[in-house]
Amino acid sequence: MVNHHLATPAELARKRRAFRILALMGGLVVAVFIISMNTGTLRLSPSEMLQTLLGSGTDQQELILYQFRLPRIVMSVLIGAGFAVSGCILQGVTRNALADPGILGINAGAGLIVILYISVMPLDNSIFLLPFLSLLGAGATAALIYSLSYRRHHGISTIRLLLVGIAVSAGIAAAMIVLTLKLNPDQFKFVQVWMAGSLLGTDWRFVTALLPWIIVLLPFVFYKSRVLDVLNLGDQTAAGLGAALNRERLYLYAAAIGLAGSCVAVGGGIAFVGLIGPHLARRLVGPNHAYLLPASAMTGALLLIVSDSLARMYEVPTGIIVAILGAPYFLYLLTRAR
Amino acid sequence: MEAHSSPHAQPAAIHVQSRPVAAMLILIGGIIAIVVSAAISICVGAADISISTVWDALFHFNADMTSHQIIRELRIPRVLAGALTGAAFAASGAIMQGMTRNPLADSGLLGINAGAGVMLAVSFAFFPGMSFVSLMLFSFVGAAAAAILVFGTGAFVKGGLTPVRLVLAGAAVTALLLAISDAIAIHYQVGRDLAFWMAGGMQGVEWAQIRIMSPWVIGCLIGAVLLSRSITLLSLGEEIAIGLGQRTGLIKTLGMLLVLILAGASVSVVGAVGFVGLIIPHVARYLVGVDYRWIIPCSAVLGALLIIVADIGARLFNPYSETPLGALIALIGVPFFLYLAMRERREL
Repeated sequence: MVNHHLATPAELARKRRAFRILALMGGLVVAVFIISMNTGTLRLSPSEMLQTLLGSGTDQQELILYQFRLPRIVMSVLIGAGFAVSGCILQGVTRNALADPGILGINAGAGLIVILYISVMPLDNSIFLLPFLSLLGAGATAALIYSLSYRRHHGISTIRLLLVGIAVSAGIAAAMIVLTLKLNPDQFKFVQVWMAGSLLGTDWRFVTALLPWIIVLLPFVFYKSRVLDVLNLGDQTAAGLGAALNRERLYLYAAAIGLAGSCVAVGGGIAFVGLIGPHLARRLVGPNHAYLLPASAMTGALLLIVSDSLARMYEVPTGIIVAILGAPYFLYLLTRAR
Repeated sequence: MEAHSSPHAQPAAIHVQSRPVAAMLILIGGIIAIVVSAAISICVGAADISISTVWDALFHFNADMTSHQIIRELRIPRVLAGALTGAAFAASGAIMQGMTRNPLADSGLLGINAGAGVMLAVSFAFFPGMSFVSLMLFSFVGAAAAAILVFGTGAFVKGGLTPVRLVLAGAAVTALLLAISDAIAIHYQVGRDLAFWMAGGMQGVEWAQIRIMSPWVIGCLIGAVLLSRSITLLSLGEEIAIGLGQRTGLIKTLGMLLVLILAGASVSVVGAVGFVGLIIPHVARYLVGVDYRWIIPCSAVLGALLIIVADIGARLFNPYSETPLGALIALIGVPFFLYLAMRERREL
């Protein structure tokens, strides 16, 4: 709505500041990306890395960089951005600060499928079918929650969506408890690591499976940033401004489900990024979604690259590092009142 | 940030609607139902016992009879634990939802379940074989530390403990503590023990635990009812509550303290069956309106009933390896809650 009147100097200053922060974050993502290529159990010095990139490294260096490190780093960027933007959409549409992909049952649906699959299939050959199945689980759960909270002529009311989401997720969580307790220790460990979120064993096939979702959905969501601004004003105001609420909300929910569902499928339950990423970004660039959405994507990517680099070094699930790094910083930001 | 918690979309919801008649019916009917289901709960299980034996065990106790021993030492503490924790979880959930004005809030949001979980992970990993009473005290310490961390983050800064800041601090602390207990569980391979404990259950509840927790829980339930009028005003919005002469800072501190003791004591006895605290207040609100003077006592009664019934189910389902209580609570609670959520649109 900024474009309907002449920009005041204060607005211009805000805009300049937001652009500066976005540029700075972009630079940080690139820097962390490069540093992350150097870290891991086997260190590559910057010059070795450069040589390997230019094609004159040893076979071992090429293997480490191209087959182990790069896919994981690219995956961190995609998953971090995907979860954070998904969370940003959901916080905007539901106008609830606690909203994250979990409210649409994404984690619960994918997790249930993973546990079911692990209970019946042997662990060794489960790796390639699993992302596909968990995407189906996530999508089906989200569709169930959405359709249960849909009413003809009224569309989706946020409060009903949240409540139905609570109920469905809780039901699935209960089923998961019962199934989990029947697993043997190896299966249990696999599920536990999956739930915590881990990028161990990522290869280029996973990256190419995830990439189309991100490439299509992120620009679409950025294009809809003004709709999110309007929805944030509240239903009555938004309707008064002529927004076709139900249709726009459906598009946005669908985009959020697509992003988070595809990310859960390959990365497991790292969804805390989806809650915290948008909040961190909001503190940096403010509530205007034109800046908030890209800032969320970059915050998510940054958080995940750093966390996954540490996870590689200490051999713990990535999601655990995300929470251990992200939560204290977030708490610190919260104590600085605004 | 303000936009996310805005309650102002519906100015018509300012005057508080309540249904005292329905509330009285729920309280009276609920208490009768609790007594009946408690009696059933004492009779059923791996060994079925007739109601006359139960009567004898209570009033003509004979220490030589095994069934009297089972009733006195196993069944009765179990029913009492169910009633106390159910009431405590539900009342604390109602307080949280009223104070934060967020339908997603429950006592877990104050970090209580996660804090107890970390201490349980620590005790399973480093001090295996603790007694139930020590485990209970240990996990209560974890719950209290987590709640203080959440409350401290929100309360001791400029601007005070706004609902948004409280729920965000709660979510962050919860995520942090879950990550820590996950890390401990994965590294020391105590994940299954921890999951089993947190899944909830009342096998092995002892009189000693009841004796420690009951005065606190009962005291805090009374406190919650006394505070309920202020919570209703707070649920209308901070400005309105201040305008009506409420000391909101004091009320929030007292409310948090009640939630900590109620939910912290319950988690440390039966595990994280906090879902009771999430759904029961919604059910109560649907039935009796948005006045917390009715929501809190009705939630307590319905919560106690739900856990007692779910615990009967846990034993009947498979008497020899008990089904986790949390799963049965969801099995009973979810369909009902879903039905209510789809039927009516209502405000907090």
